[in-house]
Amino acid sequence: MNGTIGAFLALGGSVFLLLASIGLIRMPDYYNRMQTGTKATTLGSILFLLGVGVMRPEWLGKLLLLVGFVVLTNPVSSHALARAAHRIRDRLGKLEKAVLAVDALADDEAAETAADRSDTDAGNGEAKHA
Amino acid sequence: MKDLKGRAARFVLLLGAWLVLTDARKPDEWIAGIVVALLAAVLPLFPRPVLGDLKLSPKALFGMIAYAAVFMKALVMSNLDVAFRVLHPKLPINPGIVAIRTRLVTPLGRLLLANSITLTPGTITVETKGDTFYIHWINVAERDVGAATKAIVGEFEKRLEVFCG
Repeated sequence: MNGTIGAFLALGGSVFLLLASIGLIRMPDYYNRMQTGTKATTLGSILFLLGVGVMRPEWLGKLLLLVGFVVLTNPVSSHALARAAHRIRDRLGKLEKAVLAVDALADDEAAETAADRSDTDAGNGEAKHA
Repeated sequence: MKDLKGRAARFVLLLGAWLVLTDARKPDEWIAGIVVALLAAVLPLFPRPVLGDLKLSPKALFGMIAYAAVFMKALVMSNLDVAFRVLHPKLPINPGIVAIRTRLVTPLGRLLLANSITLTPGTITVETKGDTFYIHWINVAERDVGAATKAIVGEFEKRLEVFCG
């Protein structure tokens, strides 16, 4: 019985991991690939680990610890990747154009540099553009 | 005080992880675990413990559980959302990066909020600058800071404020 439930949980996890891989192929740019790559792999791994935990209850504690690590570290790593990608977007853009309807971060950064250039008093300039 | 609480929380978590990974029934493991966790918690080798921002009143503990429940629900929803978008023949996306502003002030609260945003439907935290988070949104619905904040973090912020404002 436990084996069956565990197997179905693990199967569900595998389905989400499969969806993540399909997303990696279908999505048009790096940000959107990261979207599927982060969310689907997190739940996929959680379900898979829980499934194994149900099959082998003596491992459950360790597997739950793994779940905790995955939930804490997966978003942090994707955050780091997304940030790095945004910082080198000009160079990345030569390989692949990011699909963005609006980019508030680039706009704010441009406004900040413009403020720094026109305003000798940096603190004043930042306050104006906050 | 805050520092002490952060170090105590770190000690408890490390000891818990140690006992789960080894065998909690053996006294040897308790002794070894306590020594190692105490050293890791007390030695000034690691940055300031962010866990000190945690509140530990009963209300805050309930808040944590409520947050965990909301978080799990959001995680499942976000995966169904991903499944829908990935399998949809037309790939319905309208991505963009929007700015939001958070009320949370502690590093721990902001860390958890950024992580929660990343794991909820269609949003990834790209950059944080003070109280402003820049979010990659797979289907931009609101461009205005206030409206986007409400749409993306409304619920999480409320829950997180209870236990790590």
